[in-house]
Amino acid sequence: MMRRRPCGSTECGIGRRIFLGGSILGVSGLGHLLTSRSAIASQVKAGGRRVLNIFLHGGVSQLETWDPKPGTDTGGPFRAIETTVPGLRISELLPYTARQMHRLSIVRSLDTRNGDHARGVTEMTTGRSRMPGVEHPHLGAVAARSLMADDFPLPGHILIRSSPGGRNVESEFHSAAWLGPRYASMALYDANPPKFEDRPGEITEDADARRDGVRQRANERFRLRRRTAETEAYDFSFSQARELLANRHVFEVSRESAADQERYGSSQFGRHCLLARRLLEHGVPYVQVNHADYDTHHENFDFHIEQLGEFDQPFAQLVADLAERGLLSDTLICVMSEFGRTPKINRTYGRDHWGTAWSVLLGGAAIQPGAVIGRTNANGTEVTDRVVDHGHIFHTILRGVGVDSLGEFEVGGRTFPIADPARQAIAELLS
Amino acid sequence: MSGGGVLLDPQQLKLLKEYRLERPLTSCHWDVRSRYVFCGAEDYVIHRVAVADGVVTTLVGHDSWVRAFGSSPDGEVLYSGGYDGRLMFWPVVGDVLMPMRVIEGHRGWIRGLAVSGDGRRVATCGNDRLVKEWDGATGQLLQEYSGHGAHVYNVQYSLDGARLYSCDLKGVVHEWRAGVSQPRVVATVSELHGYDTTFRADIGGARSIALHSDGRQLGLGGITRVSNAFAGVGEIVVAVLDVMDGKLRQVLGSKDRTVGTTWGLSWHPGGYWIGLTGGGGGGWLYFWRGDAADEFFRLKLPSDGRGVGVSTAGSGIAVAHADGQLRLYGVG
Repeated sequence: MMRRRPCGSTECGIGRRIFLGGSILGVSGLGHLLTSRSAIASQVKAGGRRVLNIFLHGGVSQLETWDPKPGTDTGGPFRAIETTVPGLRISELLPYTARQMHRLSIVRSLDTRNGDHARGVTEMTTGRSRMPGVEHPHLGAVAARSLMADDFPLPGHILIRSSPGGRNVESEFHSAAWLGPRYASMALYDANPPKFEDRPGEITEDADARRDGVRQRANERFRLRRRTAETEAYDFSFSQARELLANRHVFEVSRESAADQERYGSSQFGRHCLLARRLLEHGVPYVQVNHADYDTHHENFDFHIEQLGEFDQPFAQLVADLAERGLLSDTLICVMSEFGRTPKINRTYGRDHWGTAWSVLLGGAAIQPGAVIGRTNANGTEVTDRVVDHGHIFHTILRGVGVDSLGEFEVGGRTFPIADPARQAIAELLS
Repeated sequence: MSGGGVLLDPQQLKLLKEYRLERPLTSCHWDVRSRYVFCGAEDYVIHRVAVADGVVTTLVGHDSWVRAFGSSPDGEVLYSGGYDGRLMFWPVVGDVLMPMRVIEGHRGWIRGLAVSGDGRRVATCGNDRLVKEWDGATGQLLQEYSGHGAHVYNVQYSLDGARLYSCDLKGVVHEWRAGVSQPRVVATVSELHGYDTTFRADIGGARSIALHSDGRQLGLGGITRVSNAFAGVGEIVVAVLDVMDGKLRQVLGSKDRTVGTTWGLSWHPGGYWIGLTGGGGGGWLYFWRGDAADEFFRLKLPSDGRGVGVSTAGSGIAVAHADGQLRLYGVG
């Protein structure tokens, strides 16, 4: 599957199962790769904690966001502005976020040594360096597995994104790899709820119950002879479909007040942020909101005005709301990309791919607020202090919500490290 | 240009001088008396380059890039508009140039600037979607016009100065008149705007603007037929609009469909449009008479062009380049 990129590259991915796939009918298609529920019941549980990951696709410029270098040869035309943290300045393109920085922190010292889109997405969201033939679970799957109670009625890993149009986006769904499809992403498009399909009117409730009874007895008979992850998956998918129908209101952003809808704005990203708040309030342990696109090889500055202009206010509103509603202490926020953008401005006012010195925003849960980790040199071409990469960020996010990222998952009798054992959390960023 | 003949035949055009500046250039503007060329660059200062000897003087005062210039008709005052939103007045002559006026003109970038023929008014436009007119002598705000729905990219006065034309990101062209708050919508030039559905972003706008000597034809330069906004894959274009009836007179392009943007545009007294382009197809100076869509001549440049200026007499063409060079062309 291909995704068009301005750079002419394509994002290729291994085809993966689409868990629920935007329609609850999708659950009936599950069956492969599912681990046993008994295995799922163990491991780390940090009740009530959540992760919100905002993924800025294409590679947002660190110089136009979290690590501005005004007045230098690489700084571009934008100025840096003061924030609510004395001495901490971010780009003038983020005036609303600047007022929330006392709740957030910046890691300015990522060196991920990568300029490839697909690899960057994979590495930032799995915390592992990509290796051919090896698949690791997405952060959302790990978070769902670690944070979701067994009886949680909703999917634990939800992706909010724009509709793909005619594009094949199977590769953009988040795989749970060996954790099994219970923890793969369910996608919500354009802030719309899943396509709920009610029981046809001509089938009575009793008839439906009898029909389900037949299915369960057939499953049970099969299970007595051969109990597999696949049969467990089928059972789970049916029960979750029922739960989704019963909880459909959770996905209906239109139920939010008119005042809230106005505060988040009419942009699609604004509605996505409001839906994210709603899902987090209902305890969904991992919500990811994608915002695209930042792959600005041409006219980087104009396009960052446009894209960050859409990002800034709703994101800041979401941070403020989570704090005011008492959710921020249990919700870890991350704003990441697959990489940053070149300090050097190219001949068409663009910036190209750059993984050598860039930034990620973190906040909430056990992340210390108002901190800056790491440093780049005067014009942002290299990290000069506290080099970290995707592995460190992955550990830090998990540790921030109480997960022992150095621990292991037990799946089907085998153990898997939760995160890259060669990395660890950024300890000084954790309270 | 000093020592050069009037440029009537672009095919005689030659590179006459090159001046190396420290940073990539973004714009340039001839002094009315052709003594200096003022340049904006990827820094926060204006560079005054003396044409005779290449001496560079820096004008310090802006807090961001500068890409919009204008001159008083008497040649005494330079006006500059910056991405810091400031409109500044400067003396043109002197060894040390300090700003005469600093005006916080717009919220966000000033993208375009024009001076009325009599020099009494200066117009600016920018990312706050506003067009403003200022007193060319005192800097007092004369009028503020709102009506654009997107960033306003350029402004241009009519020959008599009674009307002001502005064009925004979406190719919407408005006509403004003193004392009238509502604009006349001249046209929406669809050739100047596109929305990339993959990258979910608008691209377009009048990246350059110039008025024909007949006073009716307004040239609007930019990028068209964009297939990939974030890679700048689109074709150079100049839309020539009749400002009286709002009809598109001509859409000027290139024979080989050059990939890029028309960053600079001027109407030459010799009777042709000069377009400066840069982008995937490289840097070019294009020449169109306006009677056909394709150029009658084009000149390859050593680097992408980002700004162009024609001297008052039409004898010199200054080009601001992405490689940091200011290049002066003429017939020698």
